[in-house]
Amino acid sequence: MANDQCLACHVEEEYLPEGYLENDIHTQAGLSCAGCHGGDPTSDDADIAMSPAAGFVGVPSRQEVPQFCGKCHSDIGIMRQYQPRIATDQVAQYYTSVHGQRLQEGDQKVAECVSCHTAHGILRAKDARSTVYPLNVPGTCQRCHGDADYMKEYGIPSNQYDDYAKSVHGQALLENQDTGAPACNDCHGNHGAVPPGVASVGQVCGHCHVNNMQYFIASRMGEAFAEEELHGCEECHGNHRVEKTNDDMIGTSDKSVCVDCHAEGDPGYEVAKTIRAQLAKLTQSYDKAIARQSEVQRIGMDDVDIGYLLREAHQSLIQARTLVHTFDPEKVAPKTEEGVVKADEALVAAVAQIKEHKVRRRGLGMATLFITMLVVALFFKVRQMETR
Amino acid sequence: MGRRRNMAKRTYSWLDERFHISPLIEFMRHKYVPVHRHTVWYYMGGVALFLFIVQVVTGILLVLYYQPDEESAFESVRFITTKVSFGWLIRSVHSWSANLMVFFVFVHMFSTFFTRAFRKPRELTWMSGFVLMALALGFGFTGYLLPWNELAFFATKVGTDITGALPFIGEPVKILLRGGPDVTGATLSRFYAIHIALLPAIFAAILFLHLLFVQRQGMHEPDYLQRLPKEKKKLIPFFPNFLLRDTLLWLMVLNIVLFLAVFFPWELGEKADPFAPAPEGIAPEWYFMFMFQTLKLIPGHVLFVEGEVLGILFFTLVGIAWMFVPLWDLKQRPERRPRPMTVIGVAGIVYIIIFTIWGYMA
Repeated sequence: MANDQCLACHVEEEYLPEGYLENDIHTQAGLSCAGCHGGDPTSDDADIAMSPAAGFVGVPSRQEVPQFCGKCHSDIGIMRQYQPRIATDQVAQYYTSVHGQRLQEGDQKVAECVSCHTAHGILRAKDARSTVYPLNVPGTCQRCHGDADYMKEYGIPSNQYDDYAKSVHGQALLENQDTGAPACNDCHGNHGAVPPGVASVGQVCGHCHVNNMQYFIASRMGEAFAEEELHGCEECHGNHRVEKTNDDMIGTSDKSVCVDCHAEGDPGYEVAKTIRAQLAKLTQSYDKAIARQSEVQRIGMDDVDIGYLLREAHQSLIQARTLVHTFDPEKVAPKTEEGVVKADEALVAAVAQIKEHKVRRRGLGMATLFITMLVVALFFKVRQMETR
Repeated sequence: MGRRRNMAKRTYSWLDERFHISPLIEFMRHKYVPVHRHTVWYYMGGVALFLFIVQVVTGILLVLYYQPDEESAFESVRFITTKVSFGWLIRSVHSWSANLMVFFVFVHMFSTFFTRAFRKPRELTWMSGFVLMALALGFGFTGYLLPWNELAFFATKVGTDITGALPFIGEPVKILLRGGPDVTGATLSRFYAIHIALLPAIFAAILFLHLLFVQRQGMHEPDYLQRLPKEKKKLIPFFPNFLLRDTLLWLMVLNIVLFLAVFFPWELGEKADPFAPAPEGIAPEWYFMFMFQTLKLIPGHVLFVEGEVLGILFFTLVGIAWMFVPLWDLKQRPERRPRPMTVIGVAGIVYIIIFTIWGYMA
């Protein structure tokens, strides 16, 4: 690198590619310009250094980019010297994606490697400054997918980013900086990016929400959805704008998603009503116990055991909410009942603590009275002694 | 009734025959305490003594359950306050009584200072009292860490860091106190040993001397009272009158401590996490606040001396000077006012109050 004449000349001439970073990952690994573009980096004569005879290939066209990068990235023999466990199927995956297929068809607007990773300022995906760092992925995709004019000819919406940013996932990732929250690539894939189809939506969500997916697939509702070719989770929860769930989503109120398909009188309507009532019973018991726990904390009494019981009740509530995806009240009931028992135990413990607090005060009152009587008696005794 | 009195008499004779306690009783019976407009200050030392006794009793009870270990100290204190019968009361009384004890020690000390009771022949009573005060502060400093909560952990870190700033001996003393370069479980067991064994042993010995001096020399009389003829002085017997008055006040203080313990239970806070960043509002116990605030205000460097070192040297010198007050007492004509020693005392109190409030406001 020290004797790299490409870099020496380009720096001297101040003719560097757009977005050039000195700490680009390839430069860090000892690869200079000739590593990708070919040519002779030892010659300070531009005509010799950049001659086809010296292997110079110049700037690849957009269509050539995947193969250009794949020269090394698809060759495990080359790549394992940098990272023994690195994947080398990016280019192969890319050609299965909508981007890759369109590029092969001659579409010059679709994303290729450089569109997402940049060309001369590539950083490790773990680097927070990288365009493909989890927190930056939605912004990187949005550069094209958020541009209505750019997307016009494809007939797809361009509001995914805005919807995503408002979703429970987007808030976790973008606002809370939780890198564990899903970005675009976690559902769509990255190199092999495709929109999830009818059959795969459940699998995509189920990658993280495992129990919900299994309960759903095994339920009557799951079977019906498959027959009707409905998009599993998406039908109730939406896609990019997945909102934080709440108990009102189930039941028969206007806010419920069940009434979108089930009308009064059909069995699904009754199931929704029953499950909603089961959840309501548990949440009411839980909220009541929580209110008492706050009172216990406020008066400075022991809430350690109450806290444990409430944690168990809350765990039951979470599990019951997951069991909603069985759409079977008989499966939800044991869990809600278990939670109600724990919440009621917590309530009893909290009431006992509040009672104990009153007992303490009463005890103090009695002790104070007794000591005060002693004080008064002593006072009169001393006065009697001293007036004698 | 007569039988019981007879029994008591026989027991007394039995004891007297063996331990000769009659002279002691005679001594107490003939000991008188002067009554005048400053008599109220005589009781402050007694109140501090009473609170010390409360500390010993509650402290022994706490030791039954407390575990001086990094892993279990916090949990054991929580166990005491939540599961042990009356543990909440004992722990809360111990904490409140400790703070009130330091407060009354300060009141006792300043009242002795202003009534000039430290003068001849009571120089050693004053000096032993000063050492007792320093030990009481030591009790406070070591006891503060024992619940192993977040605030105490970082306050101890800051406190021992300040010691480390002393020239030459600072670093070794810091390591000696901490039991290593950092505040760890070793510091906790060390502080525990100091709190429940070392300090009580020294404190008990010096307290014995202090009380012996007081009993031997009697109560100090203010100047104007000393000039009065004996028949014009109002005196009350130490036993039982003064002792009963003392008891009366002790019971009132006990009532206050119980009230505070029940209505304002001492908080436990969060368990200390040595790897967590220091929380906001780290503060030492209130009685160290004026020193802490002073150290914060001194610039990093004053001439070629480090600010912190200068502050510590200042407090050390003031402490030494305060201990040896009887040796440099500025005496002067009584008609001249204000008296210089009174000015010094008032300035000291004003400084402590202002800097303490400032420390809490900052």
